[in-house]
Amino acid sequence: MNHYYQPEIETASREDILKLQNEKIVKQVRHVYDNVPYYRNLMDQKGVTPEDIKGIDDIKKLPFLTKDDLRDSYPRGLLGTDMRKCVRIHSTSGTTGKRVVAYYTQKDVDLWEECCARAIVAAGGDESDICQVCYGYGLFTGGFGVHGGSHKVGCLTLPMSSGNTDRQVQFMMDMEATILCCTPSYAAYIGETLAEKGYTPEDNKLKAGIFGAEPWTEEMRQSIEKSLGIKAYDIYGLTELSGPGVAYECCEQTGMHINEDHFYAEVINPETGEVLPEGEKGELVFTSLDKEAFPLLRYRTRDICILSRKKCSCGRTHVKMTKPLGRSDDMMVIRGVNVFPSQIETVLLGAGYEPNYQIVVDRVNNTDTFDIYLEFSKDQFSDKISVMQKREQDLRTSMKSMLGISPKIHLVAPKTITRSEGKAVRIIDKRKLHG
Amino acid sequence: MAITQLSAFLENTPGTLYQAVDAITEAGVNIRALSVADTKDFGILRIIVSDIEKTKEALDKHTVISETPVVVVKMNDQAGSLKRILDILKEVEVNIEYVYAFTGGTQGSAYVVLRVDDVEEAESILERKGVKTLTDDDMKDFLY
Ligand SMILES: [Zn+2]
Repeated sequence: MNHYYQPEIETASREDILKLQNEKIVKQVRHVYDNVPYYRNLMDQKGVTPEDIKGIDDIKKLPFLTKDDLRDSYPRGLLGTDMRKCVRIHSTSGTTGKRVVAYYTQKDVDLWEECCARAIVAAGGDESDICQVCYGYGLFTGGFGVHGGSHKVGCLTLPMSSGNTDRQVQFMMDMEATILCCTPSYAAYIGETLAEKGYTPEDNKLKAGIFGAEPWTEEMRQSIEKSLGIKAYDIYGLTELSGPGVAYECCEQTGMHINEDHFYAEVINPETGEVLPEGEKGELVFTSLDKEAFPLLRYRTRDICILSRKKCSCGRTHVKMTKPLGRSDDMMVIRGVNVFPSQIETVLLGAGYEPNYQIVVDRVNNTDTFDIYLEFSKDQFSDKISVMQKREQDLRTSMKSMLGISPKIHLVAPKTITRSEGKAVRIIDKRKLHG
Repeated sequence: MAITQLSAFLENTPGTLYQAVDAITEAGVNIRALSVADTKDFGILRIIVSDIEKTKEALDKHTVISETPVVVVKMNDQAGSLKRILDILKEVEVNIEYVYAFTGGTQGSAYVVLRVDDVEEAESILERKGVKTLTDDDMKDFLY
């Protein structure tokens, strides 16, 4: 039995969606051109006028926006409305440079929360559910976005925010939470904590989890599903576009439906900017279709993924995106080879390890060093040196075949790698320190 | 009957062995025998102690530990004793993973700890050949 939050739009025919997109893009481009001088300049430079955009297909004519544009125009350069109409600000963490600040009108907030509500319903949620939100509440979009969606669905909402794992677990058990929302790494940690306190996966009342804000693998999904006894669903979003809920998974768990009535997706060749056909791997580019305060046209996400219009068994008609296969931001070049952390995680979890690891890259005598510190579990410990060394050797071999280069593996005792309550710190690239 | 050896994982950083030994000492436990096997990256501390439970509790906070049954044999502290035992085990094709020795207890006695792939088989052949193997109980009031 499939449920939808807004069935008329979630299951609309392709023609109806296109019609909607054609109407909305014309208005959105006009809105941006009239109100955002920064982007108007880009259009003028390219010789494109709002009149050139007659439908969604004309979007190809528009210039791209990059993260650098957002940073350069900080703090207010891309604002599309009078500040008096804005009701909210959210911001990225700014760990990789200047912050990106996004603005919201009440309508922007409502649309965003509706997107999150669709995700919660797709994960099986309804008004009988108790939704525990342990994304951070604050400038980070995770907490407020999912919180608003949970309200819209009518779930009893537990606004836990992140951190204080003992309290999280106590509320989860005492309030009998049925849906958990947090980062996948924190979900894994909660599972670990529950087991430590002697709970089995059957002891909790959770049925589903909605996990996002950081990349995670299929293997990690299986590990979380097992440890918590739930179905784990991915959710995708960017602060720049609103927050979580730009795309979300349905019961099929084979990719995330993009909310196409609000966000138009393209996949491009990151080198040439050329738009790629459906099914090809490339950089995901988003255009907001009806945002007021912070409209973005052709925003390059740096996420690498594939789009698919294959019919989905859930009945939703919106295009699906794969999990980001990598983020150009996260991609490391080690000894000349492109390495994505998600590939490393796939190998580790596939070999039966928990997702508790840290990747350390450094440069010694002009050569890149590549070390992975990995916790083993009590069952994986042996008093025989040969067994432990074989574990390291086996991992080196699988890494080599996955990545093309082999890291040094360091097994470390359980609980020695610092746990994260938000986004996990998996990569320490010391090469940057040397400049 | 076998003896319970505790094995603890030690990261190869300064002070980890000290921490482990310190924790055991704090718990008031005597270490009867000890061996450390190490590689570039990590070490494994193997110990036989007077109180297994207390030791596990003390080490649990620091690292991961496991229990392994090992065969401990008492022999005369003289040339040829170890060879005789190895000969017996070879006869029944019991593989030895590692071995270490300690002295103490009765004057003139030496003890050898054998980590074998088949404890039962090893103990039964040793018994038949008249070689005494020790039990956990023996270790409790083992005298120095
Ligand atoms: Zn679907």
